[in-house]
Amino acid sequence: MALVLSVFEQGFIYAIMALGMYITYKILDFPDMTVDGSFPMGAAITAILISRGMNAAITLPICFVAGGVVGVITGLIHVKLKVRDLLSGIIMMTALYSVNLTIAGRANVPIYNMNTIFDNDFINGIMPTVLKPFQTVIIVTIIAVLTKYILDAYMATKSGFLLRAVGDNDTLVTSLGVDKGMVKIVGLAIANGLVALSGCIFAQQQRFFDISIGTGTAVIGLASVIIGTSLLKKVSFLRITSSVVIGSIIYKACVAAAVRLGLPSTYMKFVTSALFLLILVFSMEKNGRNNTKAGKNVSK
Amino acid sequence: MIELKQIQKYYNPGSVNEMCLFDDFSLTVQDGEFVSVVGSNGSGKTSMLNIICGSIPIDQGQIIVNGVDITVRKDYLRHRSIGRVYQDPSKGTCPSMNILENMSIADNKGKPFNLGRGTNKAKIESYRDLLRPLNLGLEDKMYTQVGSLSGGQRQALSLLMSTMTPIEFLILDEHTAALDPKTAEIIMRLTDQIVKEKKLTTIMVTHNLRYAVEYGNRLVMMHEGNVIVDKAGEEKKNVQTEEIMSVFNKISVECGN
Repeated sequence: MALVLSVFEQGFIYAIMALGMYITYKILDFPDMTVDGSFPMGAAITAILISRGMNAAITLPICFVAGGVVGVITGLIHVKLKVRDLLSGIIMMTALYSVNLTIAGRANVPIYNMNTIFDNDFINGIMPTVLKPFQTVIIVTIIAVLTKYILDAYMATKSGFLLRAVGDNDTLVTSLGVDKGMVKIVGLAIANGLVALSGCIFAQQQRFFDISIGTGTAVIGLASVIIGTSLLKKVSFLRITSSVVIGSIIYKACVAAAVRLGLPSTYMKFVTSALFLLILVFSMEKNGRNNTKAGKNVSK
Repeated sequence: MIELKQIQKYYNPGSVNEMCLFDDFSLTVQDGEFVSVVGSNGSGKTSMLNIICGSIPIDQGQIIVNGVDITVRKDYLRHRSIGRVYQDPSKGTCPSMNILENMSIADNKGKPFNLGRGTNKAKIESYRDLLRPLNLGLEDKMYTQVGSLSGGQRQALSLLMSTMTPIEFLILDEHTAALDPKTAEIIMRLTDQIVKEKKLTTIMVTHNLRYAVEYGNRLVMMHEGNVIVDKAGEEKKNVQTEEIMSVFNKISVECGN
């Protein structure tokens, strides 16, 4: 039971990050490594703000904005300095390691006895006793689903249309008289905002910040996106964003199952990678190497 | 009015593969002209369009539009007054979005792309009215993804999308080359109709000499980065396809192809 709960808790928290990676990887066709730095950055900011006594709910928008700024910088490096997409992310990821250490002040910040969005007087007051064991999972579900719907709504706006168009066919965006570089920067900002938000919620659920929690974020996010978009492709009533959220939960369940089968936790990151590799290989068989862009398989 | 003045363009400058495409190339297109451009492969037709649109930089010379020097202006800024249709039907549309979404995004050109709703239900009928004369049945497929349409359907949509908003210039880069003869004919007639209705200044690159003779009010033939035939007005009206064909064959023989 505890295992299932933790799969859903972590699955929904990482789903928010996966939604961000869906924007960069699937829509913009941009393999964004920045997330390995922006995820722990959200956690670092949250741990520091909460340990200084700030209201936990306010850390959410702060982390989203901070992640957005990081995304803008990655975008500027890529668009203005013309550095390749993968390298722009790696540069930012490496630099953010130091930034995160500076924000947190040290490699590990516990926030055990502090109020978080999962544990504060207000939530504890309104939550019926029966639902107490599910308090965390209920809150993360609400946040993840809300995030998904806001993202869906954004994708239906004029600005969202441009974002979809730039990954699909950036020539058209230029033809429309719009700077495609700016659209990419906006996309990266939203994506990293979501990733930092996810890191923020993760820190509050785990009740600590650790400098190493960001390692492998990109792999987890990509795995979730690929599971969601390729495994659930046939389920046509699901929106692609819903598939990504479900993909994240499936992925966490797979990792949990592997650990349950007796793998020591030292192998955690190994399992993460091996699973990702398996997913990549299996999804490639069906789709072909070049079908990374959204909608490509439709055009055939 | 578009003026290209003493354009120089080298490909791979400084390397053994250096190739001079344009050396002192000049061309003026007056307002309201519909210029058909023909010429062999490598004669610089498409490069000329790319230079006008800012897709490739030039080494020397000036590009002047309506009296304003736009030589260093960014491509996306130039496209604000330009509608452009490419040879590849997939370049003018978004494959993963449906027809309604594609037309909505094109309709918003020149306006801010803000957080307003992307599609406007009130406009669906007017979009359908635009699609109906094509006789391709697109008006009943508003919610079909453009990626699943045929090349001809997509090209017709691209043409409509590029001319939906008020523009001054229409740039057509072999826009019928990838289509079957019947669809090409439909697209060409539609092009002519739109150009006349909206009084667009148009440059059309084509490999089809018959289209070049039949449509437009000026005919330009290019060869090795130079204009070798330039007929406008009455002269253009009297041009016969055979005449252009014979000039074309002559330069081709000289080049050995």
